[in-house]
Amino acid sequence: MTSHHDSTRSIAARTVGLTKVYGRGDAEVRALDGVNVDIFAGEFTAVMGPSGSGKSTLVHCMAALDTPTSGTVYLGDTELAHLKDKALTELRRDRIGFVFQAYNLVPTLTAEENILLPLAIAGRKPDPDWYATVIDAVGLGDRLRHRPNEMSGGQQQRVACARALMSRPSIVFADEPTGNLDSTASAEILAFLKRSVRDFGQTVVMVTHDPVAASYTDRVIFLADGKVVDELRAPTSDRVLARMGALHPGPGTGVGHAALHTA
Amino acid sequence: MLRFTLRNVLARKIRLLLSAIAIVLGVGFLSGSLVFTDTMAKSFDNIIGGSMADAQVRLSGLGETSLGAAVNIDQRTLPASLVPTLASAPGVARADGSVYGQGMFVIKANGKLLGGTGAPTMALNYSDAPNASGEPMLSIAEGREPARTGEVALDRRSAENAGYEVGDTVRMVTAGDQPRVSATLVGYAEFVGGGLAGATMVIFDTRTAQELFLGGKDAYTSIELTAEDGASQRQLVDAVRPLLPDDAEAITGQQQADEFESIVDTVLGYLNTFLLVFAAIALVVGSFLIVNTFSILVAQRSRELAILRALGASRRQMTRSVLAEAVAVGLFGATAGLGLGFGLAAGLRAVFASFGLDLSATSLVFSTRTVVISYAVGVTVTMFAAYLPARRAARVAPVEAMRDGVSVPERSLRRRFVGGTVTAVVGGVLLTSGLMGEGGLGAAQIGLGMFAVLMAIAVMSPAVAVPFLAPLGALYARAFGTTGRLATQNSLRNPGRTAATASALMIGLALVTTISILASSVSASIDAGVDEQFTSDFLISNAIGQSFSPSIADDVRDVDGVGLVAPSQLASLKINGTQLNVDATDARALEQIFDITYTAGSAAVGDREIALTEDRASSLGVEVGDEVVLSFVSGDIPSKVTGIYESTYVVADAVIPFSTLTEAKVQRADTAIAVNAEPGVDKAALAEDLDAATADFPTVTVQNKEDFAAAQRGQVDQLLYLIYALLGLAIVIAALGIVNTLALSIVERTREIGVLRAVGLSRRQLRRMVRLEAIAISLLGAVLGIGAGVLFGVVLQRIVQDQGITDLAVPWESLATFVAVATAVGILAAVLPARRAARLNVLRAISTH
Repeated sequence: MTSHHDSTRSIAARTVGLTKVYGRGDAEVRALDGVNVDIFAGEFTAVMGPSGSGKSTLVHCMAALDTPTSGTVYLGDTELAHLKDKALTELRRDRIGFVFQAYNLVPTLTAEENILLPLAIAGRKPDPDWYATVIDAVGLGDRLRHRPNEMSGGQQQRVACARALMSRPSIVFADEPTGNLDSTASAEILAFLKRSVRDFGQTVVMVTHDPVAASYTDRVIFLADGKVVDELRAPTSDRVLARMGALHPGPGTGVGHAALHTA
Repeated sequence: MLRFTLRNVLARKIRLLLSAIAIVLGVGFLSGSLVFTDTMAKSFDNIIGGSMADAQVRLSGLGETSLGAAVNIDQRTLPASLVPTLASAPGVARADGSVYGQGMFVIKANGKLLGGTGAPTMALNYSDAPNASGEPMLSIAEGREPARTGEVALDRRSAENAGYEVGDTVRMVTAGDQPRVSATLVGYAEFVGGGLAGATMVIFDTRTAQELFLGGKDAYTSIELTAEDGASQRQLVDAVRPLLPDDAEAITGQQQADEFESIVDTVLGYLNTFLLVFAAIALVVGSFLIVNTFSILVAQRSRELAILRALGASRRQMTRSVLAEAVAVGLFGATAGLGLGFGLAAGLRAVFASFGLDLSATSLVFSTRTVVISYAVGVTVTMFAAYLPARRAARVAPVEAMRDGVSVPERSLRRRFVGGTVTAVVGGVLLTSGLMGEGGLGAAQIGLGMFAVLMAIAVMSPAVAVPFLAPLGALYARAFGTTGRLATQNSLRNPGRTAATASALMIGLALVTTISILASSVSASIDAGVDEQFTSDFLISNAIGQSFSPSIADDVRDVDGVGLVAPSQLASLKINGTQLNVDATDARALEQIFDITYTAGSAAVGDREIALTEDRASSLGVEVGDEVVLSFVSGDIPSKVTGIYESTYVVADAVIPFSTLTEAKVQRADTAIAVNAEPGVDKAALAEDLDAATADFPTVTVQNKEDFAAAQRGQVDQLLYLIYALLGLAIVIAALGIVNTLALSIVERTREIGVLRAVGLSRRQLRRMVRLEAIAISLLGAVLGIGAGVLFGVVLQRIVQDQGITDLAVPWESLATFVAVATAVGILAAVLPARRAARLNVLRAISTH
């Protein structure tokens, strides 16, 4: 794992002073409080932090699924704040891929139809070579005609990953993609995401609780109370655990594992 | 558990509200019908109660007239000398002679007919005779009573409707020898019973009434008796009976009221049944909506139900909980339905008033019976419809609470198939036996049979849904790409639900289609029959078969260019107790104009002769040469059967000469005049001349073949549109069902919709997806419904073939319209659910569990 310098990498997405406030008055919660983050193209970035730190909100705002209270989000050179629903929809369709914790496949469609759904919605034909590459990478060849309820959780999540990659988006966001999976299935998904960065030059941003998952990435951004508080390059699970422990003045060091097992 | 149930109802307000609307509409129609018919009954009770004296002396045989019989104007009278005789009988305080004139109409100031197709016109002599309560039946509210020829009083409402005020000259027509009557309006008469239900009251002085209606004889049509204090109605009748001539009878006021009430009850019974059939249809369709809503709600809650089961709730508690929800919905729906019904009854009253049946004098009757029936029906139907879903709720296993993607067990297709087949067989048997039988039970059986067949289709429809939706899906995918494919997949996801939603629409469309096929077959048969048999150049008649003065035929003969003229009079008589409507005519003249095909013998031209249709002759078991006894109220007249002819549109069940009517003391008054032009005469010009010759008589219209056929078809169409309007309610409820199903499945699929939006489905595409799903449902309903309707229509036409509906006509254009209507119903039903789906917040939708 090589170390990168900010100046040599192009920026895939960026937030400037990103703030998201839920509720009002006494019930006001500042989920994000002036977050400035750069996501570099061709990197696998993890976003970590304790529950309620704002990591999911950050990813939702960057993926055009949520609108910030103030501040701006840039996807490449596009500033999202100015876009209307139609343009945001197209942006999600063409330039963003998303992997959810709960897989979120369309139950009436087969695995193959689910993978091709964003392209079908856009009315575009898939590139057969790219399709073959992705299918091969997720290892789903014999399951393509199955419906989601006929597949295991790991298989469903691999379909969801393939769906996110199919339109060659400029950035893929994954919100706790291994949160519902056992360790074997988790390892498969993480390996696939890592491979998509290494082999296909894909940019991936992943929210996770799990230091082991974070160890697959190039860079970890730590959030606490809606602010970026730390950053780690070339992470290992021990180093991540140590940093997490520093954020948590709680009992002991097992935060990450506890989160993993209760998720 | 009760608190839990209430919480559920409140938490699902909107969804349950939608299913409650079905009950609201059904119960509304039901209670509206009941309130309206009760109001009508009350209105007539008031009239009857107000117009009966303690006892009446009248001509015998009048109590036996039946509904559907042509009206014979009785020429028999009671001599005026009988009045003082009766007045001096023991127990009689006073006796008053009445003259009741039939066949009179008032012509409005604008030359049009007053009333006409609505309530009757009653012409009476002025009298201050009291009713059984001692109040004078008639009084003069303003002006004075008519005292001499040339004076008349009208009830105020009729005078206002006709545009006359006191002092104006009122024009009238009668069916007698003096067809044109003019008189000065001298006062407004008031009837003690309150409103007249739209009837017109025309009051003359006694002498004038005798001149107009009794040929100038000093006589009466009936004599009203008032008892001295202490004498009962019964005693009164017994006292006068020995004094009466042979052809007169005495009856108590109570008997007379009972006779009238039984007629009113019969008519109102028909009306009530007619309206209640549609209320029942609405409720059946509504129960589909409720079954579906509860099924979906149970499915959506299955995890919650499983948790309750895991916590120790029994199956029975689960079932009861769902049924208790149904009761809450039913109570709410029935309450709102009663309110709606009250409004509907007011609306119906307004509609009937516009047809001339004015009930505004009676306030709407809201009886306890209406309230009880409405609640009973509302709650029972809801509970009945919720029973299956409730049973299914109880079958959720507690272990399901631990699993993801809980599903409530669905009924297997095989069981559906078996159940459906059994129901279909039962329906088929009922239909066949109903069609073989005769009378009211037959109609009820046919109705039940159709109902059973429709239920069978509904039960089996999920099996049809898949083969229907698959090709539609291919079409959708072709036309709309992924959106179309997604829409099809959604409708196929739960074929049972799609089919049940479509079934509600199916019922309405099946009935609409059946009716439209029957109506167009009737129209086609009329056209064919008229084309073949209507061989006269013109027919002069009254739109609703009212009789008119024979002097009109004389006026017509005088018109230049008129050739043959054959008047005829529709009359009623009985043979061996069977009621017959017959044409009295000059058969020689009539047969020069119309082709009547005799299968045996020839026309009845001489005195005491009769010719019959084949059907009548065979049902009576008579042949040419036999003697039959024609019974009139005035007595029996034996007649010889001279001929038997094929059924035809142009003459009734039998033909008799005019002389028979004269002998039976039935007043001559024509109901139709067939007219031919002389050879070479311009018929268009002659039509104008005939119009001019009959201009004084708005009671009659001059029609050529096309006009006649159009008028006949018009009557069919009127009934058809009325039935369409009433069945429209079922379609509206079915549309609500689609709204409900879509809205509920959108709630169910919230997360999926969020995902679709997240991966790039635009709001427009999403709305289109919902709309296409709705159209798929409604087209499925249309295909099933129109299919069933064509089947019913063809079968029913075959059955009634020998009752004059000879031609089968399938109105393809109407059927195409129904498909278009179904599509429109789908599009409209999708509006709100689609908007709701498009408005879902993507992020929140995705995080929904």
